[in-house]
Amino acid sequence: MTNLYTLYWNRFRSNRFAMAGAFVVLALFAFSILAPLVTPYNPDAIDAYHVLLPPTDAHWFGTDELGRDVFTRVVYGARISLKVGFVAVGIAVLVGTVVGLVAGFYGGWIDTILMRFVDIMLCFPTFFLILAVIAMLEPSIWYIMIIIGLTGWMGVARLVRAEVLSLRERDFVLAARALGASDLRIIFRHIFPNAMSPVLVSATLGVAGAILTESALSFLGIGVQPPTPSWGNILTSGKDYIEFAWWLSLFPGLAILVTVLSYNLLGEGIRDALDPRLKR
Amino acid sequence: MLRYLIKRLLMLVPLFLGITLITFTVIHLAPGEPVEMQTAMNPKISAQTRQKLREYYGLDKPLHIQYGRWLTRLSKLDFGRSFASDNRPVIDKIKERIPVTLSLNIIALVLEFGLAIPIGILAATHRETLLDKGITIFVFLGFAVPTFWLALLLMYLFGVKLGWLPISGLHSLGSEGFTPVHWLLDIGRHLFLPIAVATFGSLAGLSRYMRANMLEVLGQDYITTARAKGLAERAVIYRHALKNALLPVITLLGFSLPGLIGGSVIFETIFAIPGMGQLFYMGVMARDYPLVMGILVIGAFLTLVGNLLADLCYALADPRIRHGG
Repeated sequence: MTNLYTLYWNRFRSNRFAMAGAFVVLALFAFSILAPLVTPYNPDAIDAYHVLLPPTDAHWFGTDELGRDVFTRVVYGARISLKVGFVAVGIAVLVGTVVGLVAGFYGGWIDTILMRFVDIMLCFPTFFLILAVIAMLEPSIWYIMIIIGLTGWMGVARLVRAEVLSLRERDFVLAARALGASDLRIIFRHIFPNAMSPVLVSATLGVAGAILTESALSFLGIGVQPPTPSWGNILTSGKDYIEFAWWLSLFPGLAILVTVLSYNLLGEGIRDALDPRLKR
Repeated sequence: MLRYLIKRLLMLVPLFLGITLITFTVIHLAPGEPVEMQTAMNPKISAQTRQKLREYYGLDKPLHIQYGRWLTRLSKLDFGRSFASDNRPVIDKIKERIPVTLSLNIIALVLEFGLAIPIGILAATHRETLLDKGITIFVFLGFAVPTFWLALLLMYLFGVKLGWLPISGLHSLGSEGFTPVHWLLDIGRHLFLPIAVATFGSLAGLSRYMRANMLEVLGQDYITTARAKGLAERAVIYRHALKNALLPVITLLGFSLPGLIGGSVIFETIFAIPGMGQLFYMGVMARDYPLVMGILVIGAFLTLVGNLLADLCYALADPRIRHGG
């Protein structure tokens, strides 16, 4: 097994774009955890004497309409984005994996019902559905993560099901069954680990999608609520003050762009490393 | 083909029932009784309207009867009346928004395909060259750029900095007095940025898909044969390869159907375009249940029909599917 992982790692390491993506993702984590050390300012500190200042040495990304340091708010905003990305995708992967495993393993009418449910969920324009549900609930970051997760599991379910269908009849599974292993043991011990690699790829790409969705929701004012900083709600001020303060629009958007790009490069890199046949 | 068609049409029924069931569940997800919650927040709704709403949703009846009644009304395109102060039927509000969204999206769609197809062909025929790498970088950037941010940047550049284009709405002040030509030009100027953003939004995915298809076709035996018999590269690519690589891309048109009418919440809101996306967003903000549910059901139904159209196009083009299914 060690050899296999070394092979994966060597393939991944030789992909410059993937390595760059991985580096940026790690750096983002470091930044958001060490935020108080990265910046001397408090993200919520209002300063009426330094309102809407363009970028300077003291304020790298300028200040916003309340005199708060934009760089600090972007750094603290990374915490929100990374949290949303992970929790939302965690939920999506959990639901999708369970549905896919059950549908693929048991087949028959269980499979039919679950997969038709997937088809139906895929019919809804996702962003419209998320908006409609969020409108009914109190604004809360947890609801946002849960709803993004619950509207994003269908792809994972299809992937896992397809993997299970091809694994189910393989010799090692038949052998386990012949030895009297229970359904649960076969699913979690023999099938699940072998079905993980496409899920890993889709989860990495999913984090990027969840970050984009959250920033769009926050931009529209129904995501993360001020004063908590998020990249999306800083951009809302950017829109309101677009005639006076370009820095309010430029920097948070760049942060989203770089983060999403890095996760996408990382995901593609993992896919190429795990299965070079899929390389495009 | 007929059997395949009938089978697919029959599948629409349970799927559509599922869509309405989920939408119905979403209505009842809200804590408390939907009508009470809505009306308590909206002082414009009288006790009489409240009673009408209760009757409309049949809230005194058991859930399955409520669902049945709602479904019967849906089948007659009766989505109820909006909670907004004008209290008009939801279907009328939706109808008046469709022309703007539809025309904007059709132009964007034509541009997307018109640009993505040549970009994909170029990338595939110049594989691994600087051009292909440049296009790949552009594609990756396109996937990662939030469209609303792009919209903001363009608004800043063309609207604020250069002052070339208006940044919101559909008409300039006083457009009622314009000559028809001037009036049309005015709309065009207002729609330029939204269309550019909408086009860019799907350009990356589409051109990448075109490139992948083209590469796959170029690897086929009949292309090697065409080359071996001495055909010019031009003829190989445009006569033999392109036709086959285009098929899967064209079927994607079916998937564009819901977007054509549903529009986009994000850029219609940013550019203050009075289309379906903006209507939906305003409905969500005002907690206008009947409107939100109406648009949701219509959107999902269009996706269903769009998927069917895409599959049918594919089946028409590929005999293996229509005979196998």
